[in-house]
Amino acid sequence: MSTGAAGFLQRYEGMIGRLPGDSALRAAAAAAFRDAGLPGGTQGRRTEAWKFTSLRPVAEAQFKPAAPRHEAETVLATLPLLDAPRVVFVDGTLRAGLSVMPATGFARFAEQPDFGTLTWPDREPMVALNTMLATDGAALQVPAGFDSGIVQLVSIAGGEADYHPRHSVSLAPGARLTLVEISAGQSSYLLNTVVEIHVADGAHLTHVRLQDEALTAFHVSTTYADVEAGGTYDSFTLNLGARLSRTEIHAQLSGAGAIVHLNAAQILAGSQHADFTTVVGHTAPGCTSRQTVKNVLSGRSRGVFQGKIAVARVAQKTDGYQMNQALLLSPDAEVDSKPELEIFADDVKCSHGATVGELDAEQMFYLRSRGIPDAEARAILVRAFLAEALDAVADETIRHRLEAAVQQWWERQEI
Amino acid sequence: MLEIRQLTASVGGKPILQGIDLAVPDGEVHALMGPNGSGKSTLAYVLSGRDDFEVTGGSVTFNGVDLLGMEPEQRAAAGVFLAFQAPIELPGVNNANFLRTALNAVRRAHGESELDAVQFLKMARAAARQLAMPDDMLKRNVNVGFSGGEKKRNEVLQMAILRPRLAILDETDSGLDIDALKIVADGVNALRGPAFSALVITHHQRLLDHLVPNRVHVLAHGRIVRSGGPELAKELEKSGYAGLIAEAA
Amino acid sequence: MAAATETLDAVQSVTQSGYKWGFETTIEMDFAPKGLNEDIIRLISARKEEPEWMLEWRLKAYRAWVKMEEPHWARVDHPPIDYQELHYYAAPKKQQAGPKSLDEVDPELLKMYEKLGIPLKERAILAGVDPASFEGTQVAVDAVFDSVSVATTFQTTLRKAGVIFCPISEAVREHSDLVRQHLGTVVPTGDNFFAALNSAVFTDGSFVYIPKGVRCPMELSTYFRINARNTGQFERTLIIAAEGSHVSYLEGCTAPQRDENQLHAAVVELVALDDAQIKYSTVQNWYPGDANGKGGIYNFVTKRGACRGARSKISWTQVETGSAITWKYPSCVLHGEDSVGEFYSVAVTNNRQQADTGTKMIHIGKGSRSTIISKGISAGRSNNTYRGLVRMLPTASNARNFTQCDSLLIGDRCGAHTVPYIESRNLTAKVEHEATTSKIADDQLFYCRQRGLSEEDAVGLIVNGFCKDVLKELPMEFAVEAQKLLAVSLEGSVG
Repeated sequence: MSTGAAGFLQRYEGMIGRLPGDSALRAAAAAAFRDAGLPGGTQGRRTEAWKFTSLRPVAEAQFKPAAPRHEAETVLATLPLLDAPRVVFVDGTLRAGLSVMPATGFARFAEQPDFGTLTWPDREPMVALNTMLATDGAALQVPAGFDSGIVQLVSIAGGEADYHPRHSVSLAPGARLTLVEISAGQSSYLLNTVVEIHVADGAHLTHVRLQDEALTAFHVSTTYADVEAGGTYDSFTLNLGARLSRTEIHAQLSGAGAIVHLNAAQILAGSQHADFTTVVGHTAPGCTSRQTVKNVLSGRSRGVFQGKIAVARVAQKTDGYQMNQALLLSPDAEVDSKPELEIFADDVKCSHGATVGELDAEQMFYLRSRGIPDAEARAILVRAFLAEALDAVADETIRHRLEAAVQQWWERQEI
Repeated sequence: MLEIRQLTASVGGKPILQGIDLAVPDGEVHALMGPNGSGKSTLAYVLSGRDDFEVTGGSVTFNGVDLLGMEPEQRAAAGVFLAFQAPIELPGVNNANFLRTALNAVRRAHGESELDAVQFLKMARAAARQLAMPDDMLKRNVNVGFSGGEKKRNEVLQMAILRPRLAILDETDSGLDIDALKIVADGVNALRGPAFSALVITHHQRLLDHLVPNRVHVLAHGRIVRSGGPELAKELEKSGYAGLIAEAA
Repeated sequence: MAAATETLDAVQSVTQSGYKWGFETTIEMDFAPKGLNEDIIRLISARKEEPEWMLEWRLKAYRAWVKMEEPHWARVDHPPIDYQELHYYAAPKKQQAGPKSLDEVDPELLKMYEKLGIPLKERAILAGVDPASFEGTQVAVDAVFDSVSVATTFQTTLRKAGVIFCPISEAVREHSDLVRQHLGTVVPTGDNFFAALNSAVFTDGSFVYIPKGVRCPMELSTYFRINARNTGQFERTLIIAAEGSHVSYLEGCTAPQRDENQLHAAVVELVALDDAQIKYSTVQNWYPGDANGKGGIYNFVTKRGACRGARSKISWTQVETGSAITWKYPSCVLHGEDSVGEFYSVAVTNNRQQADTGTKMIHIGKGSRSTIISKGISAGRSNNTYRGLVRMLPTASNARNFTQCDSLLIGDRCGAHTVPYIESRNLTAKVEHEATTSKIADDQLFYCRQRGLSEEDAVGLIVNGFCKDVLKELPMEFAVEAQKLLAVSLEGSVG
């Protein structure tokens, strides 16, 4: 028996009264989820937002409650962690013993549940599901003018269960933080995270994500970010793992001069499916958004990019740019790309570009004529292709970790 | 005759021109020199009517008519021509078509008959030849893919075809080699006559070797701080602006 | 070409007369009763003296349509259409059995073409000038007045070349096998809501067949006009280019000014066999409605070409300035090895107009290539969307696509949107897409005005420059008309 939308709803109903936080909000989310179901989960119910990705495999999976596990420590040891505070969630629940807590500005969702203000459970079924079932998560706050350095947010999941962490990050005016989010695990679970981000005037959040889930797992992550005047939200996502993943980011530039970068690379093999979907909303004048998204696809994998830049009437002098490139390494790989512009202001500079193709034959020949073996030549060119996205990660230590993760991924493959 | 009296103007609320007095009589070429940021280009834009430059006081008349009350195209029709410091690209707009449209607009404003494509091309080709420019300049899109020098020469070609009564050259000589510089000077010299005057904005004496001005003015901090004959330019070439400005301040 | 001068003339003529093409001819109409049911379809089929298979085909389409829903995915918004409130058949009352030559054409109609501003040469042709005097630059015109083709010129010359160019209703009777073999093979009867509706009720349109190896001796041209009140226009065009043949087809559309919205749901099917080339050009200036969005045509059109043969080529060029709503995606299905699909589009929207237009390039054949150049211009309170699909199927080895979509906004109350879909399942296929959105730069306007151009002329010139890559694909006669239309459509949008 698969769990399906009905199973999730049933579980929610059984937990009413025991779930932390605003119960009316949860009930509304449950109603929305009942209406929408899992995207693509039932025949013929595919919305434009989920045009290229169906959660039918999620709908057909059977999720059981997680059994207590002890191997999280072993998994943690394999992760490219930095010498900095880390908040570790095991199977969706905070594990203090594995964490190195930040000195200040931390609260736990289980204890101080706050659903925030930015999310749209009525529009996003997976956010509705999270809102319905979330039990734990991290709330990070950086006070005005304070630099919190690096904080790592780690998820280690396992079993055949579903987890719905609910995180929030809030930077007061002029604050700075580098948030490194790492997710990994074993077995065929569903991790369905929602993150809400507030970047106040002049604050600067760097958000680096490494998704290296088990290749049998499902990973859904929805981020909402609101960036106020002169603030910066600089995000980079590296998707390597999961059987099926969907990374969705809604970034709103709501104060003049705000800056948003949503860069990403997805490197897939086998029958992996990864969907990177972004909506950049310019609702204030003079803001800048930049996106470079790269897909490297081998085996029978499928990479999806959907990116929308929406410019409101008031957002004059918007500067929006988006580049999406896909490299197909195998005859069975597939890429779908939908870069979209929705412009309601006239004095703007918005553009996007997309390219799809294979490795350049002339470059390959050039390298091989210099004595470099085929596989190595391919690796060199793929790394060069990815560099443009990875170079956007300013912190050198973090970038090196990501490059190492790509290298490791490469070594695991037989391409 | 161009007459500027106590002209003040600002850009984005910042005052740039602080009371300019300048007269360029018919038949004369005046050079306007001065350090960067002194307001030379602002003056050029104010005279030609760009909207983001706000005139806050003073007057400008051209042949007795108030220039400041006119739209840019009316000033063009009155004979004011600005050779842009950075000429604008018009993708997909053919240079000959652009020029014919401009010329006919001006001719219409004067109640003259319009030129058809054949008449115009004949005239434009002759003008191009006189300035030693290749014919293909007319076929290309306005300034698109032009080198810096080509853009400047295209401005001179436009000037030759539109035959203005007042030409304002905004650093048309900058970035040009000596041959191109001669073309610019020849272009202006060819138009010289009793009904033509020019205001030549430049940093360098070398243009003035080929295009000898009747008067030279030095602009600093939005004011004319000194005026003189052609020898003033030579003096500046030797001693720079610093002394002059200090003296004026 | 003196674009700006022409533009100015056009602007002046429009300012004086409003929508230049808004007049109504007073020819007696012959209506079918309002509404749609199987009896109406039988009536249409009987009026057209169609063979039995055609009636069956229509009924099949109708039965499919009844079960379908109007599509709502496009970025267009309109009150519900009551399909039972429309007349599905309106024909000018015939004088005799049907016009056999131009002499029999109602002089009112010929006058109408004059008012329409059909290019001089074509008007002369319609007026019966000796075709021999137009050697080399001939244009044959098949005019669709509401729903019935009333005049076809140049039949003799075309017949000598073996080209068939006739109203589709005639083709259904006279070339039944050819029509039966191809009709609905590119756009199946149940393809979409509007195509199904068209298949059930289409009353006329053009049929073109170019035999093997023949280069059509002249440009073929059709003028569509929507004339009567409450009549939807459902024309159907089928063009077949046999092996190695070439044809260029021009379509111009106008409709008289009316307060209520009129529905137009055409279907165009193109078939190109080995080495055949079809160039299909459209200038569409149906009545766009008034400045407040009252009235205007709903233009819901399905156009698709099949490049069936190796090295075949289909090229769509469109200049869309009219209609209250445009819903149109001229597409190419590139079956043939090394076949080529092209889409060149200018779409202008002003006031309350809405356009959702683009193309689909479906690459199936090895080495197939496609080019998409789209220029969208939005002004007033209009919305202009480019929606396009490029799909590389696993068989499309070494296929190529290049797409360039540029949007220009004039004023701060309009919208410009770009929605491309790129799907590739072949690693050797290459897709490149670029899109930009901008406004006319202040310094460009100032530069033009400094040289003496009025602001409106400057805008006309810059917009024409912006569209140049598309306009140059149009046949000469159309290019001039299109330039004028651009300026006319943007009239009142600056300042």
